Amino acid sequence: MKPISVHNTHKSYGAKEAVKGISFEVHEGELFGLIGPDGAGKTTIFRILTTLLKPDGGEASVLGLDVVDGYREIRKVVGYMPGRFSLYQDLSVEENVKFFASVFGTTVDANYDLIKPIYSQLEPFKDRLAGALSGGMKQKLALSCALIHKPEVLFLDEPTTGVDAVSRKEFWQMLHRLKEENITILVSTPYMDEAEQCDRVALMQDGQILSIDTPERITKTFNNKLWAIKTENKYQLIQLLRSYKYAESVQPFGEYVHYTDKREEVQAEQIMEYLKSKGVINPTVVAIAPDIEDTFMRLMEQEENYE
Amino acid sequence: MNDPMIKAEELTRKFGDFTAVDHISFEVGAGEIFGFLGANGAGKTTAMRMLTGLLVPTEGEATVAGYDVYKQPEQIKKRIGYMSQKFSLYEDLTVRENIRLYGGIYDLGDQQIKQKSDELVNMLGMNELQNKMIGSLPLGWKQKLAFSVALLHEPDIVFLDEPTGGVDPITRRQFWEQIYKVAEEGTTVFVTTHYMDEAEYCDRVSIMVDGNIDALDTPAGLKEEFEADDIEEVFIRLARGAERGE
Repeated sequence: MKPISVHNTHKSYGAKEAVKGISFEVHEGELFGLIGPDGAGKTTIFRILTTLLKPDGGEASVLGLDVVDGYREIRKVVGYMPGRFSLYQDLSVEENVKFFASVFGTTVDANYDLIKPIYSQLEPFKDRLAGALSGGMKQKLALSCALIHKPEVLFLDEPTTGVDAVSRKEFWQMLHRLKEENITILVSTPYMDEAEQCDRVALMQDGQILSIDTPERITKTFNNKLWAIKTENKYQLIQLLRSYKYAESVQPFGEYVHYTDKREEVQAEQIMEYLKSKGVINPTVVAIAPDIEDTFMRLMEQEENYE
Repeated sequence: MNDPMIKAEELTRKFGDFTAVDHISFEVGAGEIFGFLGANGAGKTTAMRMLTGLLVPTEGEATVAGYDVYKQPEQIKKRIGYMSQKFSLYEDLTVRENIRLYGGIYDLGDQQIKQKSDELVNMLGMNELQNKMIGSLPLGWKQKLAFSVALLHEPDIVFLDEPTGGVDPITRRQFWEQIYKVAEEGTTVFVTTHYMDEAEYCDRVSIMVDGNIDALDTPAGLKEEFEADDIEEVFIRLARGAERGE
């Protein structure tokens, strides 16, 4: 029995098909990521799995319980942190935790060990109203509340969106600790670099899954040589590469521009020669290994060309 | 720097006992892409509100497009564009209606609005979408349009507050190419982001921590100074010392 199993699930809102026949399974104790931009269908999947929304078609189950027939049982054993902050803003930190514990028929003391590493950071502010907390602290409180009944499966919908790079890093460290407690975690994020924090990921776009695998194996599917190119003027470089007759894709990437070529065999010197012929002084051209974001864009482009 | 577009000196804003922005000084040149980074709660939003003429500073000086933030906030508002992820266009107006609305707000004449609308719709390749409600468009389209609308009145500076949050990686990059293009044409771009790779796209980057600007340089200069591989590393090193949250 898989903790999460989704098979050919569909969901439409009126004429808009939000989830277009998606299938995936999450193994016990796995940290599984749904990676994709807004509108990919991530939240709809979360709502279906947490029994807040009925699927139009297909099968979906959590811990072997069907999301429609078994919704009461599912609600008792899963923890859910929705994308939008949904704790009671006018209750204090402590009141929120106590409230969620009582709703699930338990107490804060009974499961304190599990939430301690996270909640202890909030305890100095336990009398503060939840609405007055900083973004990073709200996120910690929401996670504490989602964990208070020791769920077997944890659903985290975009927990790091709009949060700064430091808080994001800390949040992932917390998730790795929870994984050691053997809690199965489904997490979504629009930040491609966070894919590497997951055991396996599904890359999602427009209601569909582009690819499912470990981040490492997904990047291995990138089927062309990737070059990182740097010159003094990035905008000019992008224009020059775009107008290069062999250019396949040209994408800015931090301080570099990532480039793939249409030719079967191509050497750094050939690209350098071209740039020099256009008056670029001292271009840097190096072959690099693609990351998840490169791969995601390539899959997106292939999808679009296919259509 | 000759005639900086933004000039802030010891700019400060307090809320009661709390100093949200603590004596910050910096300049942004014409046509520059300036990345304004900081942890949640570092004071970025407060600083931006002062620079856009929405909030009166407690202390210090600042001019934007040559106008004083204390005495000439209305002139500032006319010379700047603003776009954020949270608020940009009216969802229940069509593409053309949104353009017309903003054209009206910025005091463009009917003739000019019509011409600008045609130009914009053509440039963005939105001919078939021009009479569609904004709410029905994909996020990427909305963002490109919101950016163009923020530039409708040909402002000297455009303020972009986390413009690319939640957007797919291809659209995010297309958006940055739009930014490069307008900067090349001379518009100053002042941008905040949580994507650290985007910091590398800026000409210069400042990093705010606890109300102060703790670092300000070109991306290459910052990496050298902090002996870091990328801006994320610089950011994390600075922001980790932060005392306060949001």
